[in-house]
Amino acid sequence: MSNEAVVHAHGAVTTHEGHGDHHHEHHHHETFISKYVFSQDHKMIAKQFLITGMVWAVLGGLMSVLFRLQLGYPDATFPWLEDILGKWAKGGRITPEAYYALVTTHGTVLVFFVLTAGLSGTFANFLIPLQVGARDMASPFMNMLSYWFFFAASIVMLSSMFVETGPFSGGWTAYPPLSALGDASPGSKIGMDMWLISMALFVVSSLLGGLNYIATVLNMRTKGMSMTRLPLTIWALFFTAVLGVLSFPVLFSGFILLIFDRNFGTSFYLSDIFINGVGALPNEGGSAILYQHLFWFLGHPEVYIILLPAMGMVSEILSVNSRKPIFGYMAMIGSLFAIAILAFLVWAHHMFVTGLNPFLGSIFVLLTLLIAVPSAIKVFNWLTTLWRGNIRFTPGMMFAIGFVSLFISGGLTGIWLGNSALDIHLHDTYFVIAHFHIVMGVASMFGMFAGIYHWFPKMYGKYLNNTMGYIHFWVTIAGAYLIFWPMHYEGLAGMPRRYYDYSIWESFKQFVELNRFISTVAMIVFAVQLLFLFNFFYSIFKGRKVTTLNPWGANTLEWTTPIHPGHGNWVGEIPEVHRWAYDYGKDGKEFIPQTTPVGADESDHH
Amino acid sequence: MMTTVQTNEPKRIHPHKFTMWVAMGSIVMAFAGLTSAYIVKKNQSSWLEFDLPVVFWYSTFVILISSVTMHLAAKAFKAREMGRYRSLITITAALGVLFIVLQYLGFVDLEANNIALVGPKSNSAASFLFVITGLHMLHVLGGVIALLVMFVRAYSRKTKTYSSVPVEVAGTYWHFVDVLWIYLFIFYNWIG
Repeated sequence: MSNEAVVHAHGAVTTHEGHGDHHHEHHHHETFISKYVFSQDHKMIAKQFLITGMVWAVLGGLMSVLFRLQLGYPDATFPWLEDILGKWAKGGRITPEAYYALVTTHGTVLVFFVLTAGLSGTFANFLIPLQVGARDMASPFMNMLSYWFFFAASIVMLSSMFVETGPFSGGWTAYPPLSALGDASPGSKIGMDMWLISMALFVVSSLLGGLNYIATVLNMRTKGMSMTRLPLTIWALFFTAVLGVLSFPVLFSGFILLIFDRNFGTSFYLSDIFINGVGALPNEGGSAILYQHLFWFLGHPEVYIILLPAMGMVSEILSVNSRKPIFGYMAMIGSLFAIAILAFLVWAHHMFVTGLNPFLGSIFVLLTLLIAVPSAIKVFNWLTTLWRGNIRFTPGMMFAIGFVSLFISGGLTGIWLGNSALDIHLHDTYFVIAHFHIVMGVASMFGMFAGIYHWFPKMYGKYLNNTMGYIHFWVTIAGAYLIFWPMHYEGLAGMPRRYYDYSIWESFKQFVELNRFISTVAMIVFAVQLLFLFNFFYSIFKGRKVTTLNPWGANTLEWTTPIHPGHGNWVGEIPEVHRWAYDYGKDGKEFIPQTTPVGADESDHH
Repeated sequence: MMTTVQTNEPKRIHPHKFTMWVAMGSIVMAFAGLTSAYIVKKNQSSWLEFDLPVVFWYSTFVILISSVTMHLAAKAFKAREMGRYRSLITITAALGVLFIVLQYLGFVDLEANNIALVGPKSNSAASFLFVITGLHMLHVLGGVIALLVMFVRAYSRKTKTYSSVPVEVAGTYWHFVDVLWIYLFIFYNWIG
């Protein structure tokens, strides 16, 4: 542990005792390396997570454009593809091996690197110390390690794309036997080894980060910041961290057994199956289903690890920009808690068709459908927060409203898929693709965009360009629905996922035009994300300067720091908190920051 | 209304200690995953029944003793009896290494009795024992390394440290890996 960590921790502790915190400006000289590379400042680490996540989002998005090209234009050849992909696109057409590698890496990268590290890594780091009133994380050093483990995971994953046999291509869930047998496919050779190393490093990164987030939220809040005065962002990020800390180790256990099956000849997952070109395996008695249990025990909480930070940020942004208190604050916390508990009790709904006992299946159906209750509470509260609000349609607000729209649309199809009887028909079809892309993928991306547009002024002291923001929003939301809505029809018709070419398949020939349409929209939406990236990097340097401390008129503590806060966040004492974060439009005042003491004649306060 | 009652409490748990408790919860989940998988697998076909190596009883005794010496070391540190503290953490670390060696001898014993732990002839009953016990050994090894770091620090003349937090964090972890082994031992013998 660094000494600085201890100093910070004690600094925060003294605040609780006597509120006599000493001035805490940093006197030591910061070099380029300590400020931008091996930084222990949570704000810089947040930016590192964000920008690394952006690089992955571009790569992962580009992969989806490439495989959509195959799905939309199965007969066409594109000579330029051979120029960039070489042997993976012989004659200008993506090979089946490359197609599966692209699909797999797209899934892994988007789920883990973009929507876990890029989303909660960025905003937990950035917002937790700023919004609870702490100088930094409980352990800034562990926090730095968390980023560098993620960076190492990124390098290994990136390298796996350049090995001769290609990256892993057995799907992001890495089910055995494809993942356990090097002979099963080209991607199962060294590509899979690198996938496992990368994911192991990623799990370490998540655990280091998660431990810190939990310890910071529970132990480092400023004076007066009781748990029930925390902004909902912090509650959501807290539950996210709890989910990660309890579920990633189980995935890690599953990976350990997988590594032993791959490299040391054990029979946890492998049995005496017959492999083309190899013959019968010597293994005996292994169960591939066992891996699925271990994987989905993480895998299901993982979708909430992705979704909860977006929910928290959207709650905050909706309230700030409606100029109204969030509706049902305690119900919001309760529903987050309910979702966090249920997240651990529903994993087998991914496995209805594995031969699961139908009675057991019915229990998982019940538990799965129960998630509709807290989800509906949240949607109701978001809509009632908007209701008769004095809405400011900033780009951040647009994306927050877009999130609510997508969460409703995608959530409703979850009720279909949660039924084991319907799932027999819908399992592994495009209906599933449509469901989880809308409710988890695009919705969480919208939460992330909302967060970036809203907190960019705090991150860089500049505003993002609004015009580009609105173009980004409208094209993305229209595109998201145009891409994924038609997939519901394809899925209901029985069109399975993960196939290379549907045009030669009599049952699904009629979807050729529809697939081409989806692919075209996907390319347009991808191009608009590049516009967003341009806006982001252009605005860091040339954006309109922030001139007031609190540009959105928000109540939370991060807006009491200087426009360019140093390491330690506040010059002088950490402010004391006197009220909850949602006193908007109260007693004739537009907003009352959390640091304002409660007046004598004030109406009922929280 | 839950107002400032909580925040005015004079004494709070140190963030590093708290972090260690959360980390232990995390490690528990990893082992819970593995032992659940063990139970699932045991109830399927071709599960090999065999007796645990006797040496595991000795290793259990060793790790229990090491928890006692760790506890005494923390007490010595708080009483500023640095000589006693240094010798006690040395003994604790040595017992930790002895524990790892005894576990290894247990594996050798199984292999000698034709119970393959890994490889194509292995049964997943033995492989599970190997993987779970091996993962626990790595956690003990991590504790030994932490003790070595503290040992070096205790001899360093440059930094004088009076905070008992690192000792307490290490002690908590050490007792944790002890309890974890007791759980695994009971699990292998009577539950699994």
